[in-house]
This record gives sequence, structure tokens and C-alpha cells, in this order.
Amino acid sequence: MTDVAQMDVSVLVRAAQNRKRNSERIYAVLRYASIALFFLVWFLVTWLNNNVLRLYNPILIPTPLQVVAVGIEAWQSGDLLKDIGASFYRVVLGFTVAAAAGIGLGVLIAKIRLVESLVEPILEMFRPVPSLAFLPLLVLWFGIGETSKIVFIAYATFFPVFTATRLGMRQIDPVLIRAARSLGGTTSEIFRHVELPAASPSILSGLRMGFGMAFFVIVAAEYIAAESGLGYMINNSRTYFDVPRMLLGAFVIGLIGFCINIGLSRLERRLLRWQPGARR
Amino acid sequence: MNPAPKIRIENVTKIYDTGMTALSHVSLEIAEGTFISLLGPSGCGKSTLLNMIAGFVQKTSGRIAVDGREVQGPGGDRGMVFQEYALFPWLTALENVAFGPMLKRVAKAERLETAAHYLGLVGLSSHAGKFPSELSGGMKQRVAIARALANAPSVLLMDEPFGALDAHTRETLQDELLSIWEKDRKTVVFVTHSVSEAVFLSDRVVLMGANPGHVREVFDIDLPRPRRRDTDGFVALERRIHAMMRDEAPAAAAAA
Repeated sequence: MTDVAQMDVSVLVRAAQNRKRNSERIYAVLRYASIALFFLVWFLVTWLNNNVLRLYNPILIPTPLQVVAVGIEAWQSGDLLKDIGASFYRVVLGFTVAAAAGIGLGVLIAKIRLVESLVEPILEMFRPVPSLAFLPLLVLWFGIGETSKIVFIAYATFFPVFTATRLGMRQIDPVLIRAARSLGGTTSEIFRHVELPAASPSILSGLRMGFGMAFFVIVAAEYIAAESGLGYMINNSRTYFDVPRMLLGAFVIGLIGFCINIGLSRLERRLLRWQPGARR
Repeated sequence: MNPAPKIRIENVTKIYDTGMTALSHVSLEIAEGTFISLLGPSGCGKSTLLNMIAGFVQKTSGRIAVDGREVQGPGGDRGMVFQEYALFPWLTALENVAFGPMLKRVAKAERLETAAHYLGLVGLSSHAGKFPSELSGGMKQRVAIARALANAPSVLLMDEPFGALDAHTRETLQDELLSIWEKDRKTVVFVTHSVSEAVFLSDRVVLMGANPGHVREVFDIDLPRPRRRDTDGFVALERRIHAMMRDEAPAAAAAA
């Protein structure tokens, strides 16, 4: 009797799990379908206009196929890779500087009152100034070489990292520090083994936001002062009225940002798998 | 002559920056191997006193010495168990227990072995790889006790450790704590506001009063161990302490 009852339960459990898995699968497929639908509508609109309706000049909105063709050509000529590489180089360098400064200052300000009183007012004075406001100045000071763009990206991405680090350091549960001290921890051991890991969720999300920000602003910097990079590619194509290439630039930036965000989210989830709700 | 007490508290007064007097002229001697409870209503300074022994709170005047050494600040010789568990959420149960030995630079294999031993002592071997967020309140407090013990402290300080647990879990943990304690009879200072908990666990119960915090009476609990919560002797003692606690309540209310 009990065997039968237990078997019944396990069958029910499996059925429930299957139902859940199936509905998850349907929603996952729908997410891809929505992207496919976007491209389909784009194709239909441009095709209808170019061949039947003729409502606007076809040069203004290229078909998806045109963009793909330009993409293949730019890839094969090596231009696209060169521009991606140039933008990446600036983003990575500028962001690394900002991350080091943001984490360092965030920690110092959270821990040392003197530094907080002396440095925080200055940072708060600069925080509301959009990074773009400094771009022309930076070009004036550092020229149109790599330095101006790296400094620009560093400035723009410093604040998210700094703010998140300071917040993370301030939100540490003081009882954790007491626990570590009653286990014999010294100040530096507690910093390394308690404060840094406790603040890490906040710091990581600051880093992710900062990196996203870096890709946001690199385009603007390359509009103004660059001879390579994805922003340059878009702006340069404008002078030639090469609309497919402009769209290609935007598309590639979006794709890179999307991939990086997925990568960073995965990394974050791995590092923070101890958090409630982080699993799965 | 008596041997030197494990913990000596001499004429200790604590006045907070706000001007509030938390403790006034408290003296207490705690012998090695004693399980002692600090019992009293909220505001009687029992947690303040424990935190002064731990070194988290500075005394205003008086002396506190553990093993003959004046307490200057927190240290690994005084293990602490907190009401809010205070486990490191990014470490597994096993890694939490290994934290003290890790700070002492014990080799990894050895400290994990130590941690596994203490985790086994609190019955959580099968949960070694879990994070605190995956454990129930009772399990978290077991891990916290194992963590304090794995650091081999000279005395164990417990600040209302079972206060956040449901009644059933609380009694289970009291039983488990006693069976662990009876193995090596470490000196334990246990803060609680539950009379029953204090009588069940302790060799001595220090009843404290409020406004300002002071020691009212010290009860020697000579009920034989293992104890039961329903024997006549137990219940009578519980009533006596309860009655005494109630006596002060109107005075405290009038003063407040």
C-alpha cells in the first residue's frame, strides 16, 4: 500500500516538474521569437516602402540585408575588427584606471573620517557634471590621441564604481566585524577576510554599471576626436551618407554591450552564489 | 585558598556618552569551568557587561580580567556567540567554522579537519557545504557555536544566543549546548532574559536589576545534571527567581 502511495507522489512530483519545465521552455522560445519578429517587421517595412509604397527615400532606412552585406564586407576588409579593437582598448584601459581609483577611494572614504571630510566634498562637486561637459577640454589638454579618450572614460566610469564601493563598505553588518574580532582577527585580516567580501556584491554591481557606462560614452568621445573606433566609424559614415554602415556601428556596439553584460552577470552570479536568491 | 577566578569583575561602572548609566559598581568572580548566566529584564546591563568582557565595550571605571589579564579589547581567547548568528554569508558552514584556525594560519587540510570535527559535534556534518542562507535559524546558531569552539577560546560568551529561535528549537539547542559543555566544561557566560533557560543551563545564575544596572542576587543552582525542566526542585527555583524579578518590576516602571 505505502509503496503505491509513494510511487503516486513521485509521479505527481515529476509531472509538476515537467509542467514547470515546459512552460519555462515556451517562454524562452518566445524571447528569441520576439527578436526574429523585430527583424521580420524591419524587412517588411523597408521592402514594402522600397518596392510598393515609396513613402520615404530608401536611402534613409536600409534593409536588414544591406546592413548584413556591409557587415560582411567590413569584416572581410578588417576595418570592423580594427574599429572594435580601438574602442575596446580605450574602454579597457580607461575602465581599469577608474575601477582601481573608484574602489580605492570608496574604501578609504568609508574607513577614514579624515579622508572622507577632505575628499568627499570635492567628488560630490564633480559628480553632477556630466562627463561629456569635459570632453572638449580633455581634447584641448590631451590632444586627439589615446590619452584624452582614456581619461574621459576613466572620469565617466569612476563614479558608479566609487559610489557602489562606498555604499557597500558602509552597509557591512557590524556584528560580522565583531564576530571576526572575537575570533582573533586583526584590522588588516578583517579588511581582507570580512569587509571586502561583505562589500563585494555592491562593488561588483558598481563595476558592471561602470563598464556599461564606458561603452556608452566611448561612442561620444570617438565622434569628436578619433581616427578609429566604432564611434568614429558611425560619424565617418555619416559624412558619406553610408546609412547601412552607421546602423552596423550601432548594431555592433549593442551586440558587444549585450554580450559583455551577460558575461559579467554570469561572473557575478558565480562569485555571489552564496547570496539568497542568487542560485539558479 | 580558592584558586584565582577565571573572570574577575571588580567594581565596574559603565556610563555611556549620552550620560546614561548602564552599570553601577558591579563585582563578580567566575570560577574556571562554571556555566554562569546573567539574567535580568532589558535595561539591566547584562549585555553591556558581557560586551565588556568580550572587549567590545569600554568600561568607565573598575577592572575586568580574564585569566588574570586585564581586558583591553576583543580577542580570540574570548569566543562569542551572538543572538543574530553573525555567520559570514559568503562562506559555507564548514568554512565559517574554519575561520578562526584560518586566521591562526593553520594549514588548510588541518583546519578543515578541525572544522569538520566541530561541525560534527553540533550535528551538522551533512550540511558542511551549505551557505548560511540555506540553513534554518537553529542550524545557523549551531554553526556559530561550532565556529566559536573551533577557535579554542579560553571562555565562551553567549549573548542571548537562542533568543531568536522558536520554543522547540530553543530547548533542543539548550540540550545540545549542555551535552557539548559537559565534555570539556569550558567557562561559559550566558546572557538571557529567560528564567527557565538560566536555571536549566547554569551552575550559577546572576540576577541583575535595572536603573542603573546592578547585581541583585547570585543563585547557586545545585540541581543534579542532567536536569529536567519539570521536576519539583526546578519549578520551585524557577518560581523563586521569577518572584524576585517581578518584585523589581513596579519600581523599575516607576523610575522610567
